[in-house]
Amino acid sequence: MTATAHAHEHEHDATENAVFGFWLYLMTDCILFASLFATFAVLHHNTADGPTGKELFDLRYVLVETMFLLLSSFSNGLAMLSLHRQARRATVQWLLLTALLGLGFVVMEVNEFSRLVMEGNGPDRSGFLSAFFGLVGTHGAHVSIGLIWMTVMMGQLMFKGITPAVTSRLLRLSLFWHFLDVIWIGVFTVVYLMEVL
Amino acid sequence: MIPSAVLGKLTLSAIPYHNPIIMGAVGTASLLGLLVMVWVTWMGRWGYLWREWLTSVDHKRIGVMYVILAVIMMLRGFADAIMMRTHQALAEGLSQGYLPPDHYNQVFSAHGTIMIIFVAMPFFIGLMNFVVPLQIGARDVAYPFVNSVSFWMTVASALLLMVSLAVGDFSQAGWSGYPPLSETQFSPGPGVDYWIWGLQLGGVGTLLTGINFFVTILRLRAPGMSLMKMPVFTWTILVTTVLIMLSFPVLTATLALLTLDRYLGMHFFTNDLGGNQMMFTNLFWVWGHPEVYIVILPAFGIFSEVVSTFSRKRLFGYVSMVYATVAIAVLSFGVWLHHFFTMGAGANVNAFFGIATMVIAVPTGVKVFNWLFTMYRGRIEFTTPMLWSLGFIVTFTIGGMTGVLLSVPGADFVLHNSEFLVAHFHNMLIPGALFGYFAGYTFWFPKMFGFRLDEKWGRRAFWSWLAGFYLAFMPLYALGFMGMPRRLVHYDNPIWQPYLLVALLGTFLVAYGIFCQVVQLMVSIRHRDALRDTTGDVWNSHSLEWSTTSPPPFYNFARLPRVEALDAFAHMKEQGLPHRAQAPFAPIHMPRNTGVGVAMGAITFVFGFAMVWHIWWMASASLAAMLAVVVMLANDEDVDYMVSAEEVARLEKGSAPAMAFASAAATPSDLKTQG
Repeated sequence: MTATAHAHEHEHDATENAVFGFWLYLMTDCILFASLFATFAVLHHNTADGPTGKELFDLRYVLVETMFLLLSSFSNGLAMLSLHRQARRATVQWLLLTALLGLGFVVMEVNEFSRLVMEGNGPDRSGFLSAFFGLVGTHGAHVSIGLIWMTVMMGQLMFKGITPAVTSRLLRLSLFWHFLDVIWIGVFTVVYLMEVL
Repeated sequence: MIPSAVLGKLTLSAIPYHNPIIMGAVGTASLLGLLVMVWVTWMGRWGYLWREWLTSVDHKRIGVMYVILAVIMMLRGFADAIMMRTHQALAEGLSQGYLPPDHYNQVFSAHGTIMIIFVAMPFFIGLMNFVVPLQIGARDVAYPFVNSVSFWMTVASALLLMVSLAVGDFSQAGWSGYPPLSETQFSPGPGVDYWIWGLQLGGVGTLLTGINFFVTILRLRAPGMSLMKMPVFTWTILVTTVLIMLSFPVLTATLALLTLDRYLGMHFFTNDLGGNQMMFTNLFWVWGHPEVYIVILPAFGIFSEVVSTFSRKRLFGYVSMVYATVAIAVLSFGVWLHHFFTMGAGANVNAFFGIATMVIAVPTGVKVFNWLFTMYRGRIEFTTPMLWSLGFIVTFTIGGMTGVLLSVPGADFVLHNSEFLVAHFHNMLIPGALFGYFAGYTFWFPKMFGFRLDEKWGRRAFWSWLAGFYLAFMPLYALGFMGMPRRLVHYDNPIWQPYLLVALLGTFLVAYGIFCQVVQLMVSIRHRDALRDTTGDVWNSHSLEWSTTSPPPFYNFARLPRVEALDAFAHMKEQGLPHRAQAPFAPIHMPRNTGVGVAMGAITFVFGFAMVWHIWWMASASLAAMLAVVVMLANDEDVDYMVSAEEVARLEKGSAPAMAFASAAATPSDLKTQG
């Protein structure tokens, strides 16, 4: 085996190992969310004479918010397709759209949170609201970190181009983004739908 | 006290200079640290230390550093133990002992936290760091840099715990930190925050290590090593990493929720406004019970290697050993409620968890019988690692039986929260985990440094520890039956005192055992030439780590070994394969050393300290710094380098590859060598 072939194989293995490890991290993150879901399930009746989810949540608002996130996942998928076609410009553009949709989601969530806090229904109001802010906020924090990551990756795409390392990172980012989507489906169902309906 | 913008809640009054005991401890620890630094400076070894050790991403060096961390923290944790035992032996009737209650509470909280999180964890993580890549015939772990980060995060959180001694205080809420006691209402000081951040940041490091070794074991095994050809120690580590990945996120979440309660006034676990304290207890033990197996399964792996090696036989029942390990891991997630049968979940729930707990004794029993059958008709050599293993089997079985006793909910209602429980879990963790790590330390020490540890002092250490253990903990069983609760700072029952005096005596005997271990290390270093091992296979053992030189070259294996059977190296010796002399050397990819791990550890420490003291600007700055480092890392692609084939050949010429075979043939008490 020549040195370059050796190096090439090494790189291939490294990417696969990195993706595998990252996937495992996502599974551990899934357990973290599972703990928060369990917490919400235990505490959601503990409103301490405060407002219930039915009184606080506006399903139409959350539906729009959800659409932002789902569409961002779709556009992230298109970015990955462009990446596989080695189309750098298109990848960056789709990523930009993904990030903007993600940002829309975060802004809507922050807006919802600040409205609740302003109305005196902040996380310190009751066990139910603690669990709500804890679970939804953790998801929101993840999305925000994803946005920072996405920004860095757009920069790397522009300055470094599509290198194996950049591809590997985009692959992981994409896993992360879809994972957050899946978690959100759970949040939407358990927190919003089941509370309101 | 109004927090200031610059220093948060931190003021000069946080330093307990009025307490001579704490100041003495701080002085001693600082003096020892200073002496080490002066010594390193005097020897002019800072450069060497930085280049070769602190910045190393070599799993072997990181492994050794983990073990050193564990040993240092063990001395601290043991000092706590002596203080508690002395205090309890005195504090009867009119005597109040010598520790005020608030200090005593800190001592037992710190003792538990340190022994589990900063002794047991880093000790086995150190051993597995050193051994696992060698056992599976790999050159390093899957993510060498992440390994370094994990280590330095663990150091940072251990340091945070040590700093709590000098600045502020430590938690008084026990190592398990149950709310509502650990809520701001009842623990307003920084103590619980030190506990939270110490566990939280160290836990992140552990989680990363878990992922790292899971990937390493699944993806980097030498060609031919199928899962059922892996050494048992590697198997136990694989299962342990699964337990880490499944349970540590729960700890992260639980601590985060308690943090939110304390920092933002939320109501997850509070008494009022809809909080639920028992949810903390449940979540804590959903992590905590698997955690017990996380520290004990690796020790089971070590015992398996040691017993097989020194019985001069193959391990009896390899397959059943693997399945027993997996079974224990699965069951460990179904028993958490036995830590609080008195919660009031009802008879049926308690019966389920009680029976599940008893069922764990079955696979554990399988293991014990496997070790016994391995020894049966073996030519047993009573070396120090073997002594630790034998002491373990007998003592651990006793502890296991008291565990089955406690798993009966009715009995637990009487015995829970008593000294009986304290005796029980020490009876599991000291022989079960610690003796295992000591066995592993003695067993692999020659592989780490190229010379053996002194046997005479090793035997002395073992017998002192064993006798000391029985003296220290058997009286506690009796005290539990007599109704003595755990964590008592004072008692008015003169009948208890003699038992506590015996326990104190036992603790001193253990202290002598630790002294013997320190002497053993010094004597061995002094006589290293006489204890030198040039074969690489000092015990005539069976797995791949013994097929390379001692200490191994930084790339572990010049040529990756090819595995054809279980006990790969024993098989090679039987076949007489001159496996090293075949193919020409190929270039080797190695990760580059980097100081970023140290930097991330330092940032972690600053972040933890800032959070404990509510110094918000410092916490934000350290978070920003951490983000900057991560982004910077994402732009650094120059993380590895190539060792050329010529360089490998040059390095290999210095070592004596064929000597392992020569010695194997020359030792009378070896495996049947057919080659």
